Amino acid sequence: MNDKKVIWKRKPLIKNRLLRIGLILLISTYLLSVFLTTEIDWQRILEGIPRGKNFIFAFFPPDFITRSDEILAGIFESLWMTIVATIVGILISIPVSLGAAKNIAPKFVYFLSRGVITLSRSFQEVILAIFFVKLMGFGPFAGMVTLSLSTIGFFAKLLSEDIEDINKSQAEAIKSTGSSWFQWVNYGVQPQVMPRFIGLSLYRLDINFRESAVIGIVGGGGIGSTLNTAFDRYEFETAAAVLIVIISIVMIVEYTSSHLRKLIK
Amino acid sequence: MLKTINLKKVYPNGEEALKGINLEIPNGQVVTLIGPSGAGKSTFIRTINRLVEPTSGKVYFANEKNDITSLNKSKLRKIRRQIGMIFQEFALVERLSVMENVLSGRLGYVGFWNSFFRKFPQKDIEEAFRLLQRIGLEHMLDKRADELSGGQRQRVGIARALIQNPMLLLVDEPTASLDPKNSRQIMRLICELCKERNLAAIINIHDVFLAQNFAERIIGLKAGEIVYDGKPSGLSETILTKIYGEEDWSKTVAN
Repeated sequence: MNDKKVIWKRKPLIKNRLLRIGLILLISTYLLSVFLTTEIDWQRILEGIPRGKNFIFAFFPPDFITRSDEILAGIFESLWMTIVATIVGILISIPVSLGAAKNIAPKFVYFLSRGVITLSRSFQEVILAIFFVKLMGFGPFAGMVTLSLSTIGFFAKLLSEDIEDINKSQAEAIKSTGSSWFQWVNYGVQPQVMPRFIGLSLYRLDINFRESAVIGIVGGGGIGSTLNTAFDRYEFETAAAVLIVIISIVMIVEYTSSHLRKLIK
Repeated sequence: MLKTINLKKVYPNGEEALKGINLEIPNGQVVTLIGPSGAGKSTFIRTINRLVEPTSGKVYFANEKNDITSLNKSKLRKIRRQIGMIFQEFALVERLSVMENVLSGRLGYVGFWNSFFRKFPQKDIEEAFRLLQRIGLEHMLDKRADELSGGQRQRVGIARALIQNPMLLLVDEPTASLDPKNSRQIMRLICELCKERNLAAIINIHDVFLAQNFAERIIGLKAGEIVYDGKPSGLSETILTKIYGEEDWSKTVAN
């Protein structure tokens, strides 16, 4: 037998020993200094606890009755906003996502579509909502426009990535039959991305409902406005009721959409 | 029927895939194209219907005046309708049904909205059904393509190409992902159908044995150039060495 030992060690990620140790030192010094310089005011945290307790007690019992009309109206507004925005957003996203897929679009269209997506993604919903509320006035219409636009950035980006991943030869086979461009998309591309398309639509519906509650607070209408009004009037029992309603709807939407997505293959 | 003149393809990375191919194929002739991987077989058949744009050269189809390389987009589509294509790994649209896959061969003949709503002319549907019967899959027409076995899928691929009612078949490695039995059956089916319909075909194939047994003419391609063009019986050890390189070919040509 060969009595020489075989030595094996996993190769480090960074080969240069000096650089490796230097980086570790640098990062740990930074983290330590951040930790040491953070001011934690225990006094204020302690004072906050009883205030928080009062706040939570003020929520009870949740009052669904007194403002039931407003709550109902808020829910319907939010649902309307969510559904319309999801549909409008997806309809606009379809051409944008085709344009933003490298394997389909010419360079010029590609950069244009990517630009649209980046623009839509660079503004958070709340910021967009503040802008559109100023532009179009309070109410669910501004909220709907906000959600439609932010749907584009999300939907077109993820769908175009799926379009870029399609099996090329299936699409090539359709092209070789002498199909037109639209037929080619309909037969060669669409079937391949359909599961993702449906999955993303349901997922976005879910996101849009949650966002509709947030943008209501800045004037975009819907259940968020109802919540905001309740707080402004110091009607914490009603606010609690609205919160419960939002949570239950979010749970229902999330559960159904994740269940439906599992069904599609 | 098909004539290529000095057909060249240089890929953007500088790779010379085809170095001037001159080839003439008469009506109804079945030709197999053999050669090592990377010899330009796939590129060659794709430059004919311009799935790959040739860099230079001419491709005459049907008559001496009809140069495919100079056609505009809509005329190119009309020519593509007359050239059926069968693919390696079948290239069926997996999430579409067998019937939809076969009918997709008629896309060049129907308008967008009709194809969108799957409203194909009655005679196309009847023809699709006849073809499925011919290949023995008429009971599968509503199955999704990804539920079929390899051999079945390639049969559907053949039906899709034939429903185009083509004059020429371009066949790219039809047996690459099939077992030996299915490979023979598929090759036999393609050759039979070509004979029935007096169809010309160019078949790219790796398997020298299959190439010899099913075609009347063999073309050997090496590094983008034709190095052999003749009868299957003419494939000698020297010629196989010329096409593929040094190897013991004595067993291959024994038959």
